Amino acid sequence: MKEKLYTWIFTVLAFSSLLFLIGIIIVLFKEGLPIFKHVRVLELLLGRDWYPTYSTPEFGILPLILASVWVTAGAILVCVPLGVGSALYLHELAGYKQRAILKPLIELLASIPSVVYGFFGMVILTPFLQSFFHLPTGLCALNASLVLGIMATPTVCSLSDDALNYVPKAFREASFAVGASRWQTLTQVVIPAAGSGISTAVILGMSRAIGETMTVLMVAGGAAVIPHSFLEPVRPMTAAIAAEMGEAPMGGLHYHALFAIALILFLTTFIFNIIAEIISRRFRIKLGLSG
Amino acid sequence: MDNKVEIKVEKVNFFYGKIHALKNINLDIYKNQVTAIIGPSGCGKSTFIRLLNRMHEMVTNTRVTGEILFNGWDITDPSIDAVEIRKRIGMVFQKPNPFPKSIFENISYGLKVNGIKNKPFIENKVEWALKKAALWEEVKNRLSDSALRLSGGQQQRLCIARCLAVESEVILFDEPCASLDPISTAKIEELILELKKDYTIVIVTHNMQQAARVSDHTAFFLMGELIEFGKTQDIFTKPYDVKTEAYITGRFG
Repeated sequence: MKEKLYTWIFTVLAFSSLLFLIGIIIVLFKEGLPIFKHVRVLELLLGRDWYPTYSTPEFGILPLILASVWVTAGAILVCVPLGVGSALYLHELAGYKQRAILKPLIELLASIPSVVYGFFGMVILTPFLQSFFHLPTGLCALNASLVLGIMATPTVCSLSDDALNYVPKAFREASFAVGASRWQTLTQVVIPAAGSGISTAVILGMSRAIGETMTVLMVAGGAAVIPHSFLEPVRPMTAAIAAEMGEAPMGGLHYHALFAIALILFLTTFIFNIIAEIISRRFRIKLGLSG
Repeated sequence: MDNKVEIKVEKVNFFYGKIHALKNINLDIYKNQVTAIIGPSGCGKSTFIRLLNRMHEMVTNTRVTGEILFNGWDITDPSIDAVEIRKRIGMVFQKPNPFPKSIFENISYGLKVNGIKNKPFIENKVEWALKKAALWEEVKNRLSDSALRLSGGQQQRLCIARCLAVESEVILFDEPCASLDPISTAKIEELILELKKDYTIVIVTHNMQQAARVSDHTAFFLMGELIEFGKTQDIFTKPYDVKTEAYITGRFG
């Protein structure tokens, strides 16, 4: 009887997160879709003007989408070399003791609240970028990219390191046994074998960068115009939602438009995560680990 | 039976941290002969064979004393590049370990990492190695298939071919049949007998019948010591140490 009760309780707990997921999806669709009664899908996606509060409002979110794409792409350029590079160091060069200290430290980076990162961007990076590039403001896409890149580094590093560790020792031994050097073994056997695991790490890092809100709200500059350079202020999708939701009258067009943006964000990260899952499943099969 | 000594092991001791894993080993490995290393689990036989091509360096915190002379080199000398040693002394492992690459790439890998770029040469060499490892007929039409799709026995012969392609002179087998079925095992044993015409072979095995079938010399290890070393036929018919006799007659191990 007691046994049954426990089984029941844990089943409910396990399924409750599924319930939350479904609930969130329903709300996103329910609140996001009504905007399309007023604006066509393509008008929303490709419209170049975002003036949600004008007397004749414009709901073109292309500037916001492009801002997200730019900032995320820039973040990738920062976090891939940093994250994968430090994973390779941890895996290949750091001794046992160094590794035992370094890995938790890198993972600690992930536990710093994003508002602190934003602060760091505002206080340190902003004046630096401003004087270095002679800009009217240091709050710009580049600033956001740098901070987001640093934020995504621990994710990329930790997951890449795991991927490298999953490569069976037997592959390395086989490579050494035919006279390959350590470098050759790393570049020609270990990295290719871990390749899909590393790409999973990068995609999950990207997913994190795209969804990050507080930091971009603080350092991206906030201008909802189509960006022409990394040195201009931009307003990524997440920042738009966070900045404007408070002022958008509930149930109004602006409100529904912001939910539509949230829906797009959700679908994007959802697709990223599915791709990452598919790749990592293939990775495990390739290495003969259980699917 | 006066064969040339290919590898001379002199007063070798080996330590894992504080554990004294091999104690004062002296052993001659003869050219173009098969030397079997037998003994119960944990006796140091795998440790010993991994010293011969410096694979023990994969593990940290180890120490070797004594000399292992090969080709005028002392293998234990850290100033000699392990890469050079491993080109000459190949190794086949307990579990077949092909790379997750094609059959062709598995064999050509060793050539490529050693700087050979000439394509026709590589192609010839791959074919030669696969023929030598008695695998060519089974795979010649699917060289670009993943090596992981081969059966266990085929994979192990592929690993042998991979060794042969880099012109090894000595091949170390670390329990090569431990994970294979009897038919695949028989094929590998047949292959070992064939290969000894051109190579010097050292094989670690758990299986006494296997040692008796394939080897010319046998070394019996126990608790890190070399108890007895001699012609296989003598070891199995008239061992002079009671421990050897006890082991080969199956009283322990």
